[in-house]
Amino acid sequence: MSHLPVLPILLPMFMGALLLLIARTRLRMKRNLSLLATLLQVPLAMLLMLSASEGISVYALGDWRPPFGIVLVVDRLAALMLMVTAVLALAAVLYARRGDDALGRNFHALFQFQLMGINGAFLTGDLFNLFVFFEILLISSYALLLHGAGPGRLRAGLHYVLLNLAGSALFLIAVGTLYGVLGTLNMADLALRVAALDGADAPLVGAAGMLLLVVFALKAAVFPLYFWLPRAYAAATPPVAALFAIMTKVGVYAILRVYLLIFGENAGLLANMALDWLWPLALLTLVLGAIGTLAASTLNVLIAYLVVVSVGTLLAGIAIGTEDALVAVLYYLIHSTWISAALFLLAGLLARARGPRHSTRLIAGPPLPLLLGALFFVAGISIAGLPPLSGFIGKLMLLQAAGGGSSAAWLFAVVLTGGFCALLALSRAGSTLFWRRDETTTVAEPLDRVRLLAVLMLLLGSPLLVLVAAPLLEYLQATAQQLLDPAGYVRQVLGTRLDGGDL
Amino acid sequence: MELLYALTLGIMTSCGVYLLLRARTFPVVVGLTLIGYAVNLFLFGMGRLATGMPAVIGRAAEHADPLPQALVLTAIVIGFAMTAFALVLALRARGELENDHVDGRGDSE
Repeated sequence: MSHLPVLPILLPMFMGALLLLIARTRLRMKRNLSLLATLLQVPLAMLLMLSASEGISVYALGDWRPPFGIVLVVDRLAALMLMVTAVLALAAVLYARRGDDALGRNFHALFQFQLMGINGAFLTGDLFNLFVFFEILLISSYALLLHGAGPGRLRAGLHYVLLNLAGSALFLIAVGTLYGVLGTLNMADLALRVAALDGADAPLVGAAGMLLLVVFALKAAVFPLYFWLPRAYAAATPPVAALFAIMTKVGVYAILRVYLLIFGENAGLLANMALDWLWPLALLTLVLGAIGTLAASTLNVLIAYLVVVSVGTLLAGIAIGTEDALVAVLYYLIHSTWISAALFLLAGLLARARGPRHSTRLIAGPPLPLLLGALFFVAGISIAGLPPLSGFIGKLMLLQAAGGGSSAAWLFAVVLTGGFCALLALSRAGSTLFWRRDETTTVAEPLDRVRLLAVLMLLLGSPLLVLVAAPLLEYLQATAQQLLDPAGYVRQVLGTRLDGGDL
Repeated sequence: MELLYALTLGIMTSCGVYLLLRARTFPVVVGLTLIGYAVNLFLFGMGRLATGMPAVIGRAAEHADPLPQALVLTAIVIGFAMTAFALVLALRARGELENDHVDGRGDSE
């Protein structure tokens, strides 16, 4: 059995522990170690993507056979999410090393623990283990959000922590109910047992399933559970906000995994039970996020609402549920994660150039370098979904996948209006930030090359996603097929035998 | 025993929810702790209630399900850490915002 699947969890875990031990040594060393560990995630994710494109591989922790032991499952979706996270984390840690990590002693250790939680959540094939990894990523995110302190962060942090604690309680109740009725927590085994459920137990399992949807919707910031997001994301330091761009996607991933595998097409009495709910919720999230972008008074809040809009778009695609729609969802997921993170980092650069008095408030400020304006323009048209960048292709595919009928009409209207609102908000923000000048002030801080490099790295993802669209879409197509074939997943996971070597 | 158990959980949860809605940090943290207790007991109960059954096969005619016990142990550890963190955060917010409202503002504003 190859030990590759467990490395994306072990590497940040040991690195985080090491960074805690050497917390009092020089910051430079901690920075380099953290950067090295994050850099190593990229080839690891690449190898896992290669192995996943040959088939699902299952890693039984401690050689305990599923469904009794905990398994890690590397399918195409998990490997893809690992790749997205690795690139994002690399840019964030690169940006942080220029000073944002000096506000507290343990920034890099917490960063690594958060990566461990995120990677674990993507890899695990066990529902309770998913809970544990959620908690790991949450507790490090609490500390990272509060990193640097200040009243604004405390206030946002308090809401975020208390809401997520309540969410964790709901998660445990759902997991407990599922175990009480079905007697297993392995996702593949759950899928089998839900399919064979009789009428008497179905309502109980259905209730647990809907409770899980509430928990995942809280993580993904779906209406009506998104109110914590704008404040929390706007209050975080730029590299932390950038890393948080993947956190809502962890919720989206969990929805994809649980409602396609366990409560999917083959789930008997409970087949596709979440889809009816997801559709209106997705559209409402999209609309309210779009209104939020128009009402935002700082650039950070605007970007945070753009994250909400992207979550709505993704869920709408999941609710359509066809293979084409899932391909569009996955493509849009990569795009929106990287570009919203790039925007958060860019907002950090802007705040530094404009000085603490102006920061990212949408008011006239000092004249800014042309380069920043150009980067903002590119990021803006990409996230608003204008051609020729990746946002456009993602939305186009999604709209094409909508098919016909009234649902398509709703989707067209809402997605296009949402895109238009985002465009309006971004152009208003851009013209205020770059063109309305307050001549009495000067640029507070010159541009930092390393920070700029981090922003560029993520932004270049957008044209790259267009250029390599053909092989990428091929991979995503196969991913969507794999997602819509829960039977194949179950066969791979439960068919694993210890004596059969690495299956 | 089942009825008593269920009533205990219900009362604990409802007290927890009531305290959670108080919008002051200390009651909120106590409320979350109560809900945490109730959830842990609920998880424990999912292995079915029984007395005098070992969680090991072969020691007695019947055996209890060991998995919920392991789950509860994990959940207790995590819940404990989270409560400690929330408490420290609440104290910090009390000190820095000079107010114990969860929004960080007094009722008068």
